[in-house]
Formats: sequence, C-alpha cells, structure tokens
Amino acid sequence: MPRPSTSTKVGAAVLALSALAACSSAPQGGAATSSASAGAAYTWWDPYPQHDPASAWAKRVNACGQQAGVTIQRTAYDTTALTNQALLAGQEGNAPDVILLDNPAVSTLADAGMLTSMGDFGLDTTKFDKNLIAAGELDGKTYGIPIGANTLALYYNKKILDAAGVDPKSIKDWASLNAALKKVKAAGKKPITFSAIGTEEGSFQFLPWFWGAGAQLTQLDSPQAVEALTLWNTWVKDGTAPNSVISNSQNTTWEEFLTGEFAFAENGTWQINSAAKAGFPTGIVQIPGKDGGAAPTPTGGEFITVPVQKDTQRYTTTKKILECMTTPEGLVETGTTFAYYIPSTADGQKAILAKEPSLRPWVEAVRSAKGRTSDNLGTKYPKISEAMWTAVQKALSGTASPADALKAAQAQAKQAIGG
Amino acid sequence: MLTRTRTQAVAAFDDSAVSRAAGSTVRRRSRQWTAFAFLAPLVVYLAVFYAYPLYRNIDLSVHDYTPRAFVQGNPEFTGLDNYLDVVSDDTFLAALRNTALFTLGSIAVQYALGLVLAVFFHRNFRLSVVLRAMFLVPWLLPLIVSASTWSWMLNSDNGIVNTVLQAFGIGQINWLTSPDTSLLSVTVANIWLGIPFNLVILYAGLQNIPADLYEAAGLDGANSWQRFWRITFPLLRPVSAITLLLGLIYTLKVVDIIWIMTKGGPADASTTLATWSYREAFGTGQPDFSPAAAVGNLLILIAFTAGLAYVRLQRREET
Repeated sequence: MPRPSTSTKVGAAVLALSALAACSSAPQGGAATSSASAGAAYTWWDPYPQHDPASAWAKRVNACGQQAGVTIQRTAYDTTALTNQALLAGQEGNAPDVILLDNPAVSTLADAGMLTSMGDFGLDTTKFDKNLIAAGELDGKTYGIPIGANTLALYYNKKILDAAGVDPKSIKDWASLNAALKKVKAAGKKPITFSAIGTEEGSFQFLPWFWGAGAQLTQLDSPQAVEALTLWNTWVKDGTAPNSVISNSQNTTWEEFLTGEFAFAENGTWQINSAAKAGFPTGIVQIPGKDGGAAPTPTGGEFITVPVQKDTQRYTTTKKILECMTTPEGLVETGTTFAYYIPSTADGQKAILAKEPSLRPWVEAVRSAKGRTSDNLGTKYPKISEAMWTAVQKALSGTASPADALKAAQAQAKQAIGG
Repeated sequence: MLTRTRTQAVAAFDDSAVSRAAGSTVRRRSRQWTAFAFLAPLVVYLAVFYAYPLYRNIDLSVHDYTPRAFVQGNPEFTGLDNYLDVVSDDTFLAALRNTALFTLGSIAVQYALGLVLAVFFHRNFRLSVVLRAMFLVPWLLPLIVSASTWSWMLNSDNGIVNTVLQAFGIGQINWLTSPDTSLLSVTVANIWLGIPFNLVILYAGLQNIPADLYEAAGLDGANSWQRFWRITFPLLRPVSAITLLLGLIYTLKVVDIIWIMTKGGPADASTTLATWSYREAFGTGQPDFSPAAAVGNLLILIAFTAGLAYVRLQRREET
C-alpha cells in the first residue's frame, strides 16, 4: 500500500515546513535586534509622516546620527498610531532608541515604565523652559525633552477688523473681546470660530478660556470653569460662533477662517505659514484671560523620549543624538523646518527671534503657556480631558446647561481617576 | 479481471488472517496521521487568526489592562469587573439604545429600499443595467470619502442640505451637532451605504425564482401586487433572511462612518457600542483596552445570538 505512506510523508513534510517557518521567523527577529545592538543602526520613531526620507527633517535626524557615529533608521507614524505602536513595542521589549512623542503621551508611557528618565541618562535638562518641560515630568523625574513648542492664539483678519472699526490692541480681557466680536457682527461678518470637537483637540482649544477664567483641571465644576463654558456657550447660542464648531476640527476651522468670512480664529503656531499666504492680511493677539492679561495656553509639541533598552551601552550614543538635536542652532533649525515650532530653550528663542523678529508674540505665548499634564496630573490628564470635552459638547449642543454639564464632568473625571 | 482481483483479495484474506488485525491498526493509525496532517494547516490557521484573537479579547476584558500593565504584562485579574463597570456606566444605556436604533433602523430601511429597487430592476427595461450600476457607487467609494462628503453636506452652517432647506424657508437644522438629529443623520448615511449590498443580493435571489410561476399566476388572474406578496416575497424568504443577518452583523460593528461624521457626539448622542469600544481603546489620550474589549465582547455576543436565531429559523424552515 504505497499511497497512504506517500501522503503521510507529504503531510509530515508540510508539518515540518510549517514548523521550520515558525522557527525561522523567530531567529530572524532576534538577528535584527542583535545586529542593532552592535551599534550599526539606531531606531527613531516620530509622528511626522509628512516629512519623507528626502526631507530636511530626515536629513537633520541623519546628520545627528552621523555625528554620534551611527546610522539612524527613522520610521514615521501618525500621532495616535505612534502611542499604540510604542505600547506594543514596549510589550514586546523591542522599543526603538528614540521616540518623539506628543507631550500628553509622555506621562502615559513613563508611567508604564517604558521610558528612561533624563536624570538616569545624564542629560542636563536645566536649559529648557520650566513651563515647557513640565509636561515631561512625573513624580519629580523628567522623562523627555521638548524639541520645540507650539501653542494657541487668536488669529485675526485685519480686513474685517478695519472695516468693523476694531483695534486688535484693544483686546485685553473677555469684556473687550466680546465688544470687538459685537462690532464685527454688527458689520455683518462672522465674529469667531474655534474647535469644540469631541476629541483631545476640543479640550486643547477650550483650555485657554478655562485656565484664563482661573479654573483648575482638578475641579472641573468650579464657578470659574462654568464661566468659561458659559462664554463659549453664549457665542454659539447667539450666533457669534457657528454651530458647526461642535464637530469642527482645528483644521476645518482654519479652512473656514481662510475663506475670509471670519474675524477671529483660535488656532496654533503651525498655521503661521498658511496665515502669511492667506488672501487677506492677518495678525495675532494673545487669548485674553477673563480679567485681563494673557491666558495660559496649553503647550503642544513633541518630546524626545528614550525608551528603556536592555543594552544600557546604547544610551551613551543616544545622549549624543539628543544633545545634537537640542543645541540652540538645532532648535532654530527644527523650528523653521516645521513651519514654526518655537524653540524650547531661552537661547534657542533668542536665536530664532534674531532670525525672525515677527515671531515675538508667539515666543511670548509659548513662555506663558502651560503643559496639559503639568501640576503632576500626568496620566490623570487624559481622563479629565475626556470628561471636559464631553461637557463642552453637552453644553454647546444644548443637552445640558454649562453648570450641569461640568458637574457631570467632574463626577465622571473623579470616577475615572479613582477618587 | 474483476474475478481475479476478487480471488486475490480472498487469498490475501486467507493468508494473512493472523497478521491482519495488527496490520490494519498500523494502517489505520497511519491514515489517521495523514488525516491530521491534512487538517493541520486549517487548524493552525483557525487557531492563529480566529481562536487566539477571540481568546485574547476575552483575556483583555477580564484583566485590568492599564497602559502600564499592558507594557509590563502583569495586569491584575479582575474577573467580571470590567463588564459590571461597562454595564453600570451612563454611556452604556445610551449606547445600547443608539445601537438598537441605528442597527434596526438601518437594516429595515436598507432592506425595504433594496427590495423595492431589486424588483424594479428585475424588469430589465432599457438603461436598467446602467442605472443599477449607478446604485452600486456607494459600495465602490472608500468610506472615508463618502462619510466626509456626508458630513460636508450636513454641515450646520454651510452644508448643501441646509442651504436647500433654507431656500424653502426651513430654518437651520443642526444635523450633526444637535443631540436630536445626529443619530438620525449617521443612520441615513449608513442606509445609503447599505442599499447596494441589499440590492445585489436580493436581485440575485429574484433571478432564481422560476419565470413560469409568474406566468401561471398571470393566467390565474393575479395582479402585480398579489404576484409580489404571494410569489416573490415568500420565495425570497431564505435570501431575505441571510441578507438581514449579514446586514445586522455589518451594521452592529460600524465605527468608521459614525466616527468620521460625529465622533459619536455631541456628547454621547450618536455613540453606539462599537464606537464606544473604539473610543475607549483608541479615541482618547490614554488607551483603555480592557473596557473596550468588554464592550467588544458584548457586541460579539449580540451578533452570535442573532446568528443562532437565524440557524434555528432556518432549521424550522427545512423540517
């Protein structure tokens, strides 16, 4: 009976093959990591897929690698995908040497024990602005350094303001802002747009008003918080701001501003180039606090973090790469490569102002800005933020009054962070 | 030849009468191994791509996987706590209600319109092929394109829908930003997306109904309404059942269109179980895999129940 035996052989061969395939995939992965630890290649992840390998940014990263004597293998992910990829890599134990993380994610990964603190690593962090680096601090340790910062301000359409007789310099507090908005409305133009979308972007845009009223993230239903939400709510209810702010992302609101229909738009440093190219003259004013002065705006921007490596020898080279990226000239270069990213050190800020004096209001805005995860909120921030944007959505859509929405938000946040 | 084989077999039977028993067990065993070997690729495939993910999803849902625990691999076992948390969450009832409205509303209207169109195109008039092809367009468009287009059309301030309504003197309706209409808006968009699927399957079902039945009915004097209710609809029942079941499963797990149009908002007004699960895992700054997996498992359970109901229904039909 030859037939069954042949097929048994074939079957065995198939099994053996699949077993071989299963085995062979493991050593391959192992080989890749071991060759990397030999110093041939350093891995680098960042959230800038818009910068391809031929871009100025990629070249700069490579140059810093070459200075440190290694080749850098750079992989770019989408911002949200990056956090998940990083968590997966942490779980598998094959994290890259360097990750550029959006600043609120730093404390999440640091809390997961995935990141090396800059102190352990021997990197001097004193040169960085205190308010900026605070977002990378958790329980007294610093887990990353900002490669630059961006923040929010109010862009204005000079043409509309001139026609309505509004002097942007007159905007000092909420009352004068409201007066300006009223004049614009009387002149038949749309006064203001912002993004109140139900994601982190919505919280990011609400924070200047929230902090500007004197509210704290630890108490979402304080009277000051209610005042901030009431301000936005009144704008949407009386048509000062369009109803679609509830579902508009920051990009969408910017597109709306570029149509030339809106007098003011709350948006960030990253739109400087776009604003310069708009079909009308633009300018910015700081977002005012309720009773005057500039409101603290939230900082945006990425941190360089160093995931924990089994082979601690690698840190020496990684440190060289980090130092190369954060020299004043380096920060200015990063700033200009990224269509404006304000340097995170005093020296860097001086250097960029010497080159581009028009950035002064933005440098000031960054200096008065505040990290979202600061005040040692750390990993609690994402929970609080989710509760906050939900409250904003509820109020603006008319589901609940600002006070009730914030009361529910405080309860939600309290439950989510466990006390 | 036949006789010879037979005699040989008999001879063999006689000769090996003693060793036969042992030989056949060896043979049977080797056959078994062969069978296993042939089965192995399928079993491995099922285990890797179906059983493991399902197991992992259950594993995630009965542990407390914070990002820290996820990285360090030491999540605390919490049993059914995640499920209890999910069920007692305020969002749960809203999401359950929204899921029911969204799913049932979508498949009912999709099916009805799909059936009407299928019967319509079954007549094969001039240009019917072209028209039918046009109805398939929603199916061909990438979801991100169709969902973004819908959200532009339904924009409160600049959307074309409101512009048209305003031309008729109807005031601004905040389709996507009012808690009263956001669920309706995403349901309408989803119905539009689902019609082609229903149309194609039901149209194929119609082709299988023998034409002589209609002829016979015509001779008996049945009008077109009677022909539909007495012939088309009953004979289409098996196809309808599978269309509705597939529609239910596809609709239960819809995330993309809702996420692109409303993010489940405003507040939770258009959050379904699927978008809630997505939001917990990927929609906030901090991934919460455990509750997300728990919600996901509840969804699987709902779909599974529907599948069982379908199987039972079909069995009853067969007997």
